[in-house]
Amino acid sequence: MTDQAQLLPGTLDLLILKAVSLGPLHGYGVLLRIGQISGQALLIEQGALYPALFRLVRQGLLKASWGTSENNRRAKFYELTTAGRKRLREEVEGWNRLAAAIGSALGAQPEEV
Amino acid sequence: MRLLSYIRSLAMKFFHRSQVAQDLDDEVGAHIQLRADDLERSGLDRATAERRARLEFGAAEKFKDESYEALGGNFLDTLQQDVRLALRMLRKSPSFTVLAVLTLALAIGANAVVFALMDGLILRPLNVPQSENLRGTVYGEDTGFQSYPNYRDLRDRNHSFEDLAAFNFAFVGLDTGSQPTIAYGFATTGNYFNVLRVQPYLGRFYSSADEHGPNSAPYLVLSYPYWHSRFHDDRNVIGRVVQLNKHPFTVIGVTAPEFRGTMRFISPEFFMPIVNQQQVDGRDIETARGNENAIFETFGHLKAGVTPAQALADVNAVADYLRKAYPKEFGQKNATLARPGLTSFHGAVDEFMTGLMMLAGLILLAACANLGGLFAARAADRSREVALRLALGSSRKRILRQMLTEAVLISLIGGMAGLGGSILLLHRIAVWQPIANTPIHLPVSPRVELYLVALALAVVSGFLFGIVPVRQVLRANPYEIVKAGSSGRAGRRVTLRDVLLVAQIALCAVLVTASMVALRGLSRSMNAPLGFEPHRALLVNTNLVMAGYGNEQVPEMQKRMIHALETIPGVEHVGLVNGYAPLLYAAAGRKNVFKEEVTDLRPANAAASPYDYQVSPGYFQAAGTMLLAGRDFTWHDDKNAPAVAIANRQFAINMFGSVTNALGRYFKSQEGRRVQVVGVVEDGKYMNLTENQEPAVFCPSLQDPASQSDIIVRAGGNPQQIAAAIRGKLRQLDSGLPVDAATWSSQLDTVLFPARVATMSLGVLGMMGAILSITGVFGMAAYSVSKRLRELGIRIALGGRRKEVLHAALGRAFKLLALGSAAGMAFGMLSTKLLAFVVYQATPRDPLVLAGVVVAMGLLGLLATWVPARRALSIDPLVLLREE
Repeated sequence: MTDQAQLLPGTLDLLILKAVSLGPLHGYGVLLRIGQISGQALLIEQGALYPALFRLVRQGLLKASWGTSENNRRAKFYELTTAGRKRLREEVEGWNRLAAAIGSALGAQPEEV
Repeated sequence: MRLLSYIRSLAMKFFHRSQVAQDLDDEVGAHIQLRADDLERSGLDRATAERRARLEFGAAEKFKDESYEALGGNFLDTLQQDVRLALRMLRKSPSFTVLAVLTLALAIGANAVVFALMDGLILRPLNVPQSENLRGTVYGEDTGFQSYPNYRDLRDRNHSFEDLAAFNFAFVGLDTGSQPTIAYGFATTGNYFNVLRVQPYLGRFYSSADEHGPNSAPYLVLSYPYWHSRFHDDRNVIGRVVQLNKHPFTVIGVTAPEFRGTMRFISPEFFMPIVNQQQVDGRDIETARGNENAIFETFGHLKAGVTPAQALADVNAVADYLRKAYPKEFGQKNATLARPGLTSFHGAVDEFMTGLMMLAGLILLAACANLGGLFAARAADRSREVALRLALGSSRKRILRQMLTEAVLISLIGGMAGLGGSILLLHRIAVWQPIANTPIHLPVSPRVELYLVALALAVVSGFLFGIVPVRQVLRANPYEIVKAGSSGRAGRRVTLRDVLLVAQIALCAVLVTASMVALRGLSRSMNAPLGFEPHRALLVNTNLVMAGYGNEQVPEMQKRMIHALETIPGVEHVGLVNGYAPLLYAAAGRKNVFKEEVTDLRPANAAASPYDYQVSPGYFQAAGTMLLAGRDFTWHDDKNAPAVAIANRQFAINMFGSVTNALGRYFKSQEGRRVQVVGVVEDGKYMNLTENQEPAVFCPSLQDPASQSDIIVRAGGNPQQIAAAIRGKLRQLDSGLPVDAATWSSQLDTVLFPARVATMSLGVLGMMGAILSITGVFGMAAYSVSKRLRELGIRIALGGRRKEVLHAALGRAFKLLALGSAAGMAFGMLSTKLLAFVVYQATPRDPLVLAGVVVAMGLLGLLATWVPARRALSIDPLVLLREE
C-alpha cells in the first residue's frame, strides 16, 4: 500500500480514457486495467470511479452499453467515442509536455543555471 | 456533439428516472459481484468475499448520489426533492406552518394593498391612448387653477403642445322630466375629447367646431356608469333633451366604460362644454382674466421631439408675456408640468402614499424578523436531525438549500394567501364610495405588476428570514449535538433570536406609536376650535340658478327663504353664506385686499389675502360664531348702502394692530372699493382643519349676491324632522328648486375624510404590528417554556413559588419585550417626520401617546405570555421527570 502513489487531481479521467482505449471495459475492469498498466502503483477508491465514468459519458467522451462479463455476469461496458479518442490524444500530449517540463525542471543541476 | 450527449443524459434522467436509478444500482451491484468473484478465487468463502467487496467499494449511496449528479441537470431535481421534503416537514408541524403563513399573509397582503393604492393613484397613467406624453400645468402649490382667458392664450401661444384642453367641475340639477337630481360632472373645453384621443361608446362627442361663443353648445355627454344607472342603458337617449338647471341640453354621446375622465379619484357623471357653463351655473368664466378659479386643470400631449423641460420653458415664456400684458389681473405663479390626474392633490397623495409604503415595509420587516426567530428556534430543535444528516454524508450546502426551500415555500404560500386577501379587499375599495353622493372613488384594480410585486416580496422575505439559521447550521458539529441529546443547554447568552425579537418588537412599537399618534391627531382635529358650532345646525344648500332665477332676483328670493325658515317651530337662527359654509369641499376662496391709501392695485401690492365670505344678516348667530366687537350686518347693508365688512380677529390684528383699532377703519378691495370694518368676530378654520390661523373677511351677501348658497339653520330637536320641515317650507316657495339639507356635522365628515382615512390606515397597520408582536413574544415565550420544562419541573418539585417559576420561565421574554418597546418608542419619536407624511399634528412627544404605547405593549406582552405562563405553572414534575 505504501508504495502506491496518490492520484493528482484531474488525472483519473485521463487514466479511465486510457484504460478504455485499449478495449471496452466494465467499471471493475477499468479499475483492474488501471492497476495493471500502472504496475499496481496507482490507488483508486473503487466507488469514486463511477461519478467519473458518468461525467465522461455526459461529456460524450465515453459511451456505455450493457453486456456480459467473462465470468458471465451482466455488466455495463464502456468504450471510447470519437470525441473521447480525440480528447485522449490531446490529454496525453498535454501530460507529456507537462511531465517533460517538470522532469527537466527537477533535473536541473547547479552548473546549468 | 457534446451538447447533444448532455441533453441526452438529461432527457434520460428526466424521462426514465427510475430506469436510471435502476441502472446505477445494477452497475454498482455488478461491480461488487465481480470483485467478490475475484476475492473468492483468492480463497475466501462467498459470504466473506461479498462483505469485503462491499467494504472496499466504500459509501455506495454517496457515490451513487454523486454519479447521479454527474449526469447533470440536478438543480431542478434537487429542487423537487427539497420541495417534497419541505412540504413533508411543514405538514408535520401544522401550528408552526399556520402561524408563519398567516404572519406572511398579513404582511404581504398589507404591502400588496398599499402598492395597489399607490399604483392606482400615482404610478398608473390615465386610461387614455398615448398617456405617456400627456402633461398638465401646475401653478404654485400644486394647483392647476387658472383663468379661462389665460388658458386660451396659453393654448394659442405655446409651441410645445399639440393642443391644450381644460376642464373644471360642474354641479347641476339634472331634470329628465321628473324630479331634478343633483349630478356631478366636468365642464370641458370643446377639444377635450380630441386632445385625449378617446372614442365615444355611443353617439358622438362635441368638439371645438361646436363652440361659437357663450352658451352656443348645449350638448351633453354622459359617462358610461351614469348612463347605466340613470338611463338604464337606454340607447335611444341620444338626441334626447334634458334640463340642466332648467336649460335644455341635448344628449349627444356616451363615453366608453373604461374612460373615467381626467381626475384620478373622481368619476364625473357627465361632460358639458365649458362655453355653456355661464348659462348653467352663472359662472362667467369667458371674459374674466382675473378669475383664476375658472379652470381646474389644463393639459395636452407634448409635440413629438419636445422634452418636458422645453415645454415648461415655453409655458413660462407665455406666462411672462401675459404678466406684462395684464399686470393687474395676472397673479399666476410660475408653472411646473405634471402628469394630469392628481394636479391639486399630488403633494398630499405622494406624501401619504410614501408614508404608508414605509410603514407597510416596516410591517414586512417585522414579519421577517418574527419568522426568522421562529425559523432559528426550529433549526435549534432540528439540530439533531441536521447533525444526523451531516454525519451520514449530506453536505451543509444541501441542508441549507433545503431549509431555504422551506422558507421560500412558506413565504410563497403566505404571499399567495396575502395576495388573495388583498385582491378581495381591493375589489371592495374599488366600488367603495367613501363620501355618500359624491363621485369619488379610488381607482384600484389588480394588475400584473401587483402579482409581480407580491411574488418578489414573498421570495425576498423568504430568503430574508430563511438565512437566519444559516450560521447555526454551518457551525453545527454533528458529534457534539448527537452526544448532547435534545435537551441542550439553557442558553444564557444573547442569541440571534433575541436580537431579532427585540428588533421585531421595536418595529411593532413604532407601528403602535404611529397609530396612537394618528388617533390623537384625529381627536385633536375633531376638538380644535372651529370658529363656529356645527352641532345642532343644518345646512341647506340651494342653487337658485337651478330653478331658473336670474341674478337680480337672487337677493330677494334668498331673503324670502331665510324668513320662511325662521318660522319653523324650534328654529332659533337662520343665516346664509354664499357658496359653501366654511371647511366644506375646500371651497374657501381668497381675495387680495389693499391698504386704504394704495392706488396701484396689482397683486404684488396686496396687504393681505384673507379668505373671503359673503354672509347674510344673522349668519354669525346661526353659525355660532362669536361677535367680538362692533355690529352684525343688517338687511339695510345692501347695494345702496356703503360697503362694509366684518373681519376675523386675525385680519383685524394683521391689518390694524388690534381688534378695537380695526372698528370703523377702511381697507380697499380688489375692485378698488373702500370698505369699512364694522365688526370683528372670533377666529376660525376656513379651508381645512390643519391650516394655521388665517385672516378672513365677511361681506354682506346683499352687496355681492350669488345664486348658490348654504343656508344655516340652528335648531333644537330632531334634525330629520327639521330637515323635512325645511324641505316642505322651500317647496311651498318654489317646487322646482332642488334642496339639499343635512346636518353640518355630517357635512364635515367630508372634511375629516383624509384624516379618517389616514387614521384608519395607520390603525390597521398598528393592529398588524400588535398582532405580529404578540406572535413574536408568544413564540419566544412558548419556546423557552418548552425548552426548560424539565428545569421548571425540578423547581416546582423543590418547592419553587409560582412567582419564581414564572420569573424563570418568562423573565427573559419580558425583558426583551421591554427593551424592544423602549427602542421602538425611541424610534417612533425620531420618526415624527415620517408620521407627518401621514397625519397632521403628529407629535409622539405627547404624554398620552407615550403612556398609551407603554400600556399597549405591556398588555400585548401579557396576552402573548398568558398561554406559556399557564403551561409553566401547570407543570406536574412527576409526569415530566418520568417522561425523560
